[in-house]
Amino acid sequence: MGEAAASPFWQVVKTRQLDTVLLLLCLGLGWELVYVLVGADVAPSPMTTLERAGGLLQTANFWKDAASTGRAFGLACAIGITSGILIGLLLGFSRLASEVADPMLGTIYSIPKITLYPIILLMFGLSLSAKVAFGVIHGVFPVIIATMSALRNVAPIHRRTAQVLGLTPAATVATSLVPAALPEIFSGIRIGVAVTLLGTLLAEMFASASGLGFALIRAMELHTIVDIFALALLIFTAAAILNGSLLALERRLRGHG
Amino acid sequence: MSGRSFWPSRAGIIRTLVVVGAIACLELLCRSGVINRLTMIPPTEMAGALWQIVASGKFNADILFTVANTAAAIALSVIGGFLAGAALHAMPRVRHAADPLLSAYYAVPVFVFYPLLIVAFGVGRGALIAMGALVGIVAMIVNTLDGLDRVPPVLLKSADVLKLGNARKLLLVRLPAALPYLITGIKLAAAYSVIGIVAGEFILATAGIGKRIAFGYQDFDNRTMYGMLLLLLILVMVVNGALAFWEKRLHRRFGRS
Repeated sequence: MGEAAASPFWQVVKTRQLDTVLLLLCLGLGWELVYVLVGADVAPSPMTTLERAGGLLQTANFWKDAASTGRAFGLACAIGITSGILIGLLLGFSRLASEVADPMLGTIYSIPKITLYPIILLMFGLSLSAKVAFGVIHGVFPVIIATMSALRNVAPIHRRTAQVLGLTPAATVATSLVPAALPEIFSGIRIGVAVTLLGTLLAEMFASASGLGFALIRAMELHTIVDIFALALLIFTAAAILNGSLLALERRLRGHG
Repeated sequence: MSGRSFWPSRAGIIRTLVVVGAIACLELLCRSGVINRLTMIPPTEMAGALWQIVASGKFNADILFTVANTAAAIALSVIGGFLAGAALHAMPRVRHAADPLLSAYYAVPVFVFYPLLIVAFGVGRGALIAMGALVGIVAMIVNTLDGLDRVPPVLLKSADVLKLGNARKLLLVRLPAALPYLITGIKLAAAYSVIGIVAGEFILATAGIGKRIAFGYQDFDNRTMYGMLLLLLILVMVVNGALAFWEKRLHRRFGRS
């Protein structure tokens, strides 16, 4: 341990992490202060929230909601990422196709997808497919855009080497282009996963009969504020862990690349 | 280089054809009854419904409500985000501690706080504006930090040589040099704020474009729903397009990408 602490790199990492923990503690204190100022009617104390979150984790209802959200989120991620990569590869191969598609995708990406939810509901009804479809239209565009731009950014030497080696198009994609483009595609996937989760939860909040988003709206209607806080805390934690692990995976990919 | 003037125009023509073709296809599918009228009305009828809404002025109050709230939320997130970003920039240690939190912010669905804001502010403008500002502010903070980071050191040295005071250095050197990145921040903050506000209006609000769309959906009033939807999309695309254009021009003028 003594030797690790002596290395300046570890020292920097440690101070930074310590500072972040300190900042989180300050935020917790601020929260406590808000609770003291406005009272439990508006904001429950951090401790109460943590206790309630722990309590929720032991109820069957919470896990039923979580499973419902998880299923929609998982399906939406699988569909969104697969089709995003495929479409991105198809468009990314042709210079003309990517030039045609790029501004269109940018525009679609920038419109708030929430406006499209009523259309999705009319198409799919109040069902799992509506949630999945809404998650997919959130997640698929960042993946397409990242895949396209990753292919464009692959160094020309990779393509030329594949040509010299006489690789078939399929072999070129599998052995040269995709590995070279993987880190950038992966950061698109990470963003896609985050917005897919947002999409799934929004769908549940707007119109749904199950899931964590629905549980939030139910808590709002029942005015059980501590439940809203506890659910938000649990969702935040899960999302942060998911994002952290994807980020770690991405760093590893870049490290090898 | 000679190809540059040729390619974009060709891509532009194809892009126009693709968009027009897609709309014509949709029109045909709706008119022929493949797409049920209860699911979607033909695009020409959407445009007609939009014209009727604008001409009759029956939803002017709702449109004004949403536009005013969005403007307020954007102003709050831009001003607040700039101040917070500048303050963080001046305190490197706090900034490094906050870095992981800032980068994870958009990975967690902040929107789950909306029920909480409803409890705190009541149903109405307050909760919506707070939601919009909360979603938009971090984009502005991150881009303010980015912009201040990228002020070329030579400019700061010149300012020192000219013995500019801190205030004038900020006003005459730092701000103009960081401007392109601040515009990027404004563009993103605007896009995120709209998402927060429209999503809020969908779920629970007293008025607004999102509220009318949600009502139209619930009443099977597809003309109102699609007309208002089209209006919202056009508004968002115009604002986003204008900011993107301004951003591009500034980046070009400052000679950096």
